[in-house]
Amino acid sequence: MLKDITIGQYFPGETIIHRLDPRIKISIIVMFITSLFFVNRFFPYIFIVAFILIAISLSKVPIKFIIKGLRPLMFIILITFLINVFMTKGEVIFTLGPLSVTKEGLSQATFMALRLVFLVTGTSLLTLTTSPISLTDGIEELLKPFKRIGLPSHELAMMMTIALRFIPTLLEETDKIMKAQMARGADFESGNIIKRAKNLVPLLVPLFVNAFRRADELAIAMEARCYRGGEGRTRLNELKLDKKDIGIFASMALFFLFILSTRFI
Amino acid sequence: MNDIMIEMKDVVFEYKSYIEDEILVAVNKVNLTVKKGEFLVILGHNGSGKSTLAKMMNGLLIPTDGDVNVMGINTKDEEKIWDIRQKAGMVFQNPDNQIVATIVEEDVAFGPENQGIPQDEIRKRVDDALEIVEMSAYKKHAPHLLSGGQKQRVAIAGILAMNPDCIIFDEPTSMLDPSGRTEVLQTIKKLNQEQGKTIILITHYMDEAVQGERVVVMSKGEIKLEGSPKGVFKKVDKIKELGLDVPQVTELAYELQKSGININEDILTIEELLNVL
Repeated sequence: MLKDITIGQYFPGETIIHRLDPRIKISIIVMFITSLFFVNRFFPYIFIVAFILIAISLSKVPIKFIIKGLRPLMFIILITFLINVFMTKGEVIFTLGPLSVTKEGLSQATFMALRLVFLVTGTSLLTLTTSPISLTDGIEELLKPFKRIGLPSHELAMMMTIALRFIPTLLEETDKIMKAQMARGADFESGNIIKRAKNLVPLLVPLFVNAFRRADELAIAMEARCYRGGEGRTRLNELKLDKKDIGIFASMALFFLFILSTRFI
Repeated sequence: MNDIMIEMKDVVFEYKSYIEDEILVAVNKVNLTVKKGEFLVILGHNGSGKSTLAKMMNGLLIPTDGDVNVMGINTKDEEKIWDIRQKAGMVFQNPDNQIVATIVEEDVAFGPENQGIPQDEIRKRVDDALEIVEMSAYKKHAPHLLSGGQKQRVAIAGILAMNPDCIIFDEPTSMLDPSGRTEVLQTIKKLNQEQGKTIILITHYMDEAVQGERVVVMSKGEIKLEGSPKGVFKKVDKIKELGLDVPQVTELAYELQKSGININEDILTIEELLNVL
């Protein structure tokens, strides 16, 4: 049950998308998201779909991986769709009891649902093609300019790395505690929601206690290895931009500028 | 003077109990000198103060009283604390809680990265360190998929990459299965013999203690026995009195001798006993 969580799942590969500098990839995704929310009609979506399809085929990530990433969000997408269908006023097509479906509502709902689907596909393509470590490196580098206004970019990136590192360890531990408590007669599977939530207490308490103990030991181990914050730190894999990265960035920037401009046509 | 790695003079460590307002003494007036290239084993049962002693050896804990010098630098000197930690690396009990990164080689690089070593040099050190602990094949793996013994060897590589003169092992095998223990112990011996590193091994396994050149037995914060493994384990009664066991073979030889069979009592391994019999 816990093994199904796919946050930050990485699909290893050596394609052009995988090798692209993480800073460029993150910037492209930011531009992608911005244009998704800026677009207010259907036709620019043709380009967005083309962009996503080309990116997926270049990255060689199997399409079923992308769909798997969409599945947990199906519920949210569906609700967004239904609310938009019933709540938008306009030309009524048919009525269902107190609810009426309008032409505007239908198009608005499709639009919103598509927007969410694109949003998830785009971002999951980023995490699927970028290893967690280069992702955090990229975020750290991109946030560096904000250090002057007090944003702790190195600390944030270090926290993300440690979180990613401990997800599998803590999942394993949860599994172990769950089995141990079940062996003592704990019941995690029956009863209503409130009862089930209450039954989780014997699972969560030891999990938290252990997590704090782990954090303490990790901090000591890091200190023993001379960790003293981001100052004066070097990297094993320094990020380097080459001409190709810059070329891709420039063409993508132009592409999204074009998509943004469709709003004013 | 120059061949002294760590020197402890009248070291006391006290801490305050959280529950009652009393002061507990974890380490009481310990004098200990570790020579360069030595393989020292510190033995003791839980609460004997051996881990506290170890943490004072690289400035993770500062003694309440007395002095600890690492290659001539006092651990109280806050400005040089990072030099001390570079010289005396430390490997902990739980391999899971000392691995920082999500890829083996990134984790090994963590120490040298912190020290601000140039990139080419880090690359070289990481490759060398992984080679020594025989984990080069797992360079790009995720640490959580490795076995306990492998994880602990990655942790050792992480310390090695900092190029320390001395490595302190704080019960490195107590969370591992028997095959993991053998792997790690072999690596430790290799570091001492082939790399010339000073080793301080803290353990409560007697068969590990036998591997050392010198054994120190701690109890209630004090050093009770000190000497070569043969010399220390000969005192079977004294060791039992301290709540510890001697290696099984030694105990067998001891009992045989007590019941009138003429046999040396300083037998530590099965081979030695076989030869004598």
